[in-house]
Amino acid sequence: MTTLDNTTVTPVVIGAPRGGPDAPTLRQDRWWIQPLVTVTVLTVFVVYSTWAVFVNKDYYVGIAMHRDLISPFYSPCIAGSCVAGAKGTAIVANWWRITPALIVIGGPLGFRLTCYYYRRAYYRGFWQSPPNCAVADGHRRYTGESRFPLILQNVHRYFFLIGVFFNVILTIDAVMAFRMPGEGGIGVSVGTLVLCVNAILLWLYSVSCHAARHLCGGHVRTFSTHPVRYRLWKLLTPLNGRHMQFAWASLIFVALTDLYVRLVASGTITDPKLF
Amino acid sequence: MTDAMPEPTPAGAWTATTTGAEVAALDDAGAGPRTFEPGPAEEEEPTVTLRVWRGDPSGGDLVDYTLPSEEGEVVLDVVHRIQATLAPDLACRWNCKAGKCGSCSSEINGKPSLMCMTRVDELPEGPITVTPMRTFPILRDLVTDVSFNYEVARRVPAFAPPPAAPGDYRMQQVDVERGQEFRKCIECFMCQDVCHVIRDHEDNKRQYAGPRFFIRYAELEMHPLDTNDRRELLRQRMGLGLCNITKCCTEVCPEHIKITDNAIIPLKERVVDASYDPVAWLGRKILRRHKRSPEEAAAHPR
Ligand code: SF4
Ligand code: SF4
Ligand code: FES
Ligand code: FES
Repeated sequence: MTTLDNTTVTPVVIGAPRGGPDAPTLRQDRWWIQPLVTVTVLTVFVVYSTWAVFVNKDYYVGIAMHRDLISPFYSPCIAGSCVAGAKGTAIVANWWRITPALIVIGGPLGFRLTCYYYRRAYYRGFWQSPPNCAVADGHRRYTGESRFPLILQNVHRYFFLIGVFFNVILTIDAVMAFRMPGEGGIGVSVGTLVLCVNAILLWLYSVSCHAARHLCGGHVRTFSTHPVRYRLWKLLTPLNGRHMQFAWASLIFVALTDLYVRLVASGTITDPKLF
Repeated sequence: MTDAMPEPTPAGAWTATTTGAEVAALDDAGAGPRTFEPGPAEEEEPTVTLRVWRGDPSGGDLVDYTLPSEEGEVVLDVVHRIQATLAPDLACRWNCKAGKCGSCSSEINGKPSLMCMTRVDELPEGPITVTPMRTFPILRDLVTDVSFNYEVARRVPAFAPPPAAPGDYRMQQVDVERGQEFRKCIECFMCQDVCHVIRDHEDNKRQYAGPRFFIRYAELEMHPLDTNDRRELLRQRMGLGLCNITKCCTEVCPEHIKITDNAIIPLKERVVDASYDPVAWLGRKILRRHKRSPEEAAAHPR
């Protein structure tokens, strides 16, 4: 039964005098550190990734160096402008002449922008709504996520599926990184490990997603009649508790992975083979 | 529940800032000069200063009270000592002194906290600011009018089990366990107090249930025997969309209920199922999953 019709508006007196001094906050601790760190790390990431997306070179280490490493920002490389060797098996956008990373970046970007954790982080850090708990909101009017455009945050579950698609691709990349073309056979280099750790962190970030927790089992009313969903939900719940940690770790590592591939591809460093 | 202590004793008005020296001077009056042996070992007695907001709807201010400090005290102990010595008319609510009744909510150094669970020795040096909850209208000193919460509580559509004879209802342990966390709530209303949706934007109170009641809604929506569907209500009238999941409610909850992760986000996802997810909508059309009557729900729980 829907319960909408039987409800009346909550009678409240607006504007009654409040207690306490009229100050934005009475907190004495360094509450501003948390939003400051968020803003700093996210800004550095955005600046770096924008640069990495638009330089359009040094994103692939190929047969000339006996490696098969591709930057996560450029995978899958499905544009006509991809360098030889980096190209995915299916070239979808042959007419695409500018940086191939632009095709790729939308999915993961949307996934992170609509993520419940990042929402918290940037609402606090960038939007100051609120900057920290019991610190006054930086805005006079507030409609939260109930209006356009923020109501669009509700599409997060679709971005979760897109995120999973990219995880599959990057996992394939990590497996491919065991190949040492031209040298014969397979091996493990530092680059292989970097790509593997990157893929693992991205998977942890995705499976700990709140939308995933809902879709796999959180939405049912009775766990007892859905034993498989319940098992899955039980499995994801502890990971979900660490979603924030996975969000930061995977964000930072994805940039570091790009940086490593870039340094190797440009010849600044060589990728040491371990065994 | 103590809203206000008795009127001041005949001894007269309290001296908010009485210092040890003044007391000594009073003692000495008429007794003639006294000589001390100011031994080097004599130490200043350690003190604790509470900066308490005193006032009522017509206004108020912070007043400092300094007392000799005692070991292992919580803020509520100091407030009680102030009532007993310096300010018998200081109003505050308390009941259990064990963090279980939810009466002594206030803001300590600007953070919503239970006075009875905040140890003085865990706070930084210097005066401790104690103010009433900011989000609710002031009555007096540390006491606020929290009736907004009772009005919201009244509007939560009640538990609606399917028709069955009493004694015939059955629930499984896993399903019962799920809502258990939400039942730990002691109704201290500090989550409501810290929530910026109504703390900083008071007009939202008309259309916002707040975190304490979102956990109540979540508990009902996850109840194995409930047949009500409160999702549209949450979306249209109870302001679930106003919450921007910034998690301050979770940070202040003395019962460590994961309000945002376990109640608000699951509710938001349920509202997406009902209103924003085109595939779910299409699925319902194709599979003809209509709204179920209580009888159907009883026959086929899902
Ligand atoms: S998470 Fe939502 S309900 Fe909790 S304090 Fe923040 S805005 Fe309010
Ligand atoms: S949910 Fe936690 S903070 Fe909110 S009223 Fe209950 S016990 Fe207090
Ligand atoms: S990825 Fe963060 S909540 Fe879904
Ligand atoms: S006095 Fe009961 S919770 Fe503090």
